[in-house]
Amino acid sequence: MKNNMKPSGRTKKFISNSLVHIGLAIVGFIWILPIVFIILTSFRQEEGTYKSYIIPKVLTLANYKNLFATDGSLVFTKWFFNTLCVAAVSCILSAFFVLCVAYVFSRLRFRMRKKLMNIALILGMFPGFMSMIAVYYILKGLGFLEAGQLKLVALALVYSAGSGLGFYIAKGFFDTIPKTIDEAAYIDGATKWDVFTKITIPLSKPIIVNTLLTSFMAPWVDYIFAKVILGQDREYYTVAIGLWTMLQKEFIQYYYTTFFAGCIIISIPSVILFIFIQKFYVEGVSGAVKG
Amino acid sequence: MAGKKQTTSIKPVDPYGIDFGTAFISGNVITKLSAVILGLGNILCKQLIRGLIYLALECAYIIFMLSFGIGAIKNLITLGTKTQVEVFNEAKQIYEYTVGDNSMLCLLYGVIIIFVTLLFIGILTSSVKSAYHSQKLKEAGKPLPRFIDDLGSLRHEKLHNTLLFFPIIGVICFTIIPLVFIILIAFTNYDQKHQPPGNLFDWVGFDNFTSMFKLGGVLSNTFWPVLQWTFIWAIFSTFSCFILGMLLAIVINREGTRYKGFWRFIFVLSIAVPQFVSLLTMSTFFNASGPMNVMLKSLGIISAGTTIPFLTNPLLAKITIICVNIWIGVPFTMLSTTGILNNIPKDLYEAAKVDGANVIVTFFKITLPYMLFIMTPALITAFVGNINNFNVIFLLTGGGPQSIDYYYAGKTDLLVTWLYKLTVTNKEYNIGAVIGIIIFVILATLSLITYRHTGSYKDEEAFQ
Repeated sequence: MKNNMKPSGRTKKFISNSLVHIGLAIVGFIWILPIVFIILTSFRQEEGTYKSYIIPKVLTLANYKNLFATDGSLVFTKWFFNTLCVAAVSCILSAFFVLCVAYVFSRLRFRMRKKLMNIALILGMFPGFMSMIAVYYILKGLGFLEAGQLKLVALALVYSAGSGLGFYIAKGFFDTIPKTIDEAAYIDGATKWDVFTKITIPLSKPIIVNTLLTSFMAPWVDYIFAKVILGQDREYYTVAIGLWTMLQKEFIQYYYTTFFAGCIIISIPSVILFIFIQKFYVEGVSGAVKG
Repeated sequence: MAGKKQTTSIKPVDPYGIDFGTAFISGNVITKLSAVILGLGNILCKQLIRGLIYLALECAYIIFMLSFGIGAIKNLITLGTKTQVEVFNEAKQIYEYTVGDNSMLCLLYGVIIIFVTLLFIGILTSSVKSAYHSQKLKEAGKPLPRFIDDLGSLRHEKLHNTLLFFPIIGVICFTIIPLVFIILIAFTNYDQKHQPPGNLFDWVGFDNFTSMFKLGGVLSNTFWPVLQWTFIWAIFSTFSCFILGMLLAIVINREGTRYKGFWRFIFVLSIAVPQFVSLLTMSTFFNASGPMNVMLKSLGIISAGTTIPFLTNPLLAKITIICVNIWIGVPFTMLSTTGILNNIPKDLYEAAKVDGANVIVTFFKITLPYMLFIMTPALITAFVGNINNFNVIFLLTGGGPQSIDYYYAGKTDLLVTWLYKLTVTNKEYNIGAVIGIIIFVILATLSLITYRHTGSYKDEEAFQ
């Protein structure tokens, strides 16, 4: 009996292990399928939209060439640079806002602190684009919607202006930096400003990278604000509404495969970034000093 | 902890700790006069620059109000009286429009004036407090801070003012003023028929709210089903992602599984694809003539002539949306739970093993309670996020299939997407504003109940 116990346990383990691997493979296949579909369609030569097969008959790079063509009414390269500019400006502004607010609420104690934090909590509960109509008219009143370039500036402002409200993750991070470090600096005669710029900021690289990247990614995927502010000005579209336009009735017949090529181009940088920041991401959320 | 708290308040007399009331009542005549002539106390105490800045701000406010503000407040109350009129111009033989009032701008300027006034009241109280502070210091025979000292304190004691200045300006201009504006719209009749500049709109009190809740009306016939679906969607999407993601993490983490990194990579890949890309792809994927139907046909599961209406049948569309959301959400949960799973003390499992517990019992008795304890705040945030999940619905079905029973809404519309359709496409701003306020009330109740109970809210300095 005793001799039989071991092998039977081993077979049981083997069977359950293989079952798990087969299950994972099936689920993994489901997760990969749409991505494979995007990649395959982006190389498809046959024009038009839906086909009665999935794997393309002829593969080609023409869709990518078409994507970067500068004629026609949909100019992807312009959209790409528009989005890049908006993202760069808004990510620097929002990172600045978020770090300032998070540091103030984490480290400084003053009369209005708790009140302001509660106000921020309440403001965060309104649907973001509820106020969009008013923002639109304020921007119009300020003359930001006169020219295309100004619209992009306005868009960057809209993305970054309210970002101070999203201080929670950064505040949680600052909370984990021991206060004794600050106090040692005060004894040496440092002002709070010195502590912020010379101690806290250098210690907070993971959260800074995290904040910069999340706010950099926002304009690439935001659809609502861009659509409302940019309106019909196709030349100044960002990538997200541009690609969405390609799937509309008047364009889908001609641009269907090009749309997928655009999706691949947009995804490559974010995949690379994501793999690169995964480490920062995990560190950034879980704190600076491990207990 | 208590000891540390005391050390942070180094200054014995904190002038900005006193509130306006005490400063005004216990201050001398000059301090009291500083509420009328701003900066008087500071000027008399030889803090010239500080005092003059206060005085200049007051003058600016008075000039601004006289030239512009009073008219704007009058307009805020009436929302404009002159309608734009079509007049026939005999000389040019064309119709011309006289310039009428624009109710929308009246309301917007009115809101801005209110905020400017609030700002001025803030400056006024600060002037009195500053005067009181100088008075106290003078009585005690202590040196008064010069302007340079004031500037210096912005780097230390008053660093919060410096750091918060720009973020708060941004939030006020782009979040608070628009919000107040849009909340006020909920009490007007700013809809398709009352579009400025052609027409005026006016205050209507709570009419919009009553028509929203009144049973039998077309609005409430839309509102209740949409609200119901919003909640069903939020519950299903939150819990399906949480449970399946956790199971996936457990399966990948378990001892016998090999190539852990490879499996994780496969699932993480779908996070790295921008969400709108995967959503737009999915909407073509499940189209009537899209790849999913093609695949089912070529596998012989459905016959050649038929198609499954994944996104056009109301019930099926709802199921498809939840499934797609699982595809999007599970990898996120998997990533975030992997770390926490590793943190569960191993001896708990060993003890359970010794007691003869099998895998299922350990999951329900150890893993699940532990995960629920840690993940509750994250779950609530996810729930709130899902109530407001605009992208999934809008990019996948656009709220469709359309329904004639509903007022500008489709069968899969959430409150937020309905709000979008009402305001952006159909210009029914008053109804949209009402929905926005309702969403806020729902979210506020949810968050208040839960945030108050989380440890991190009660004891935020636990780890400092």
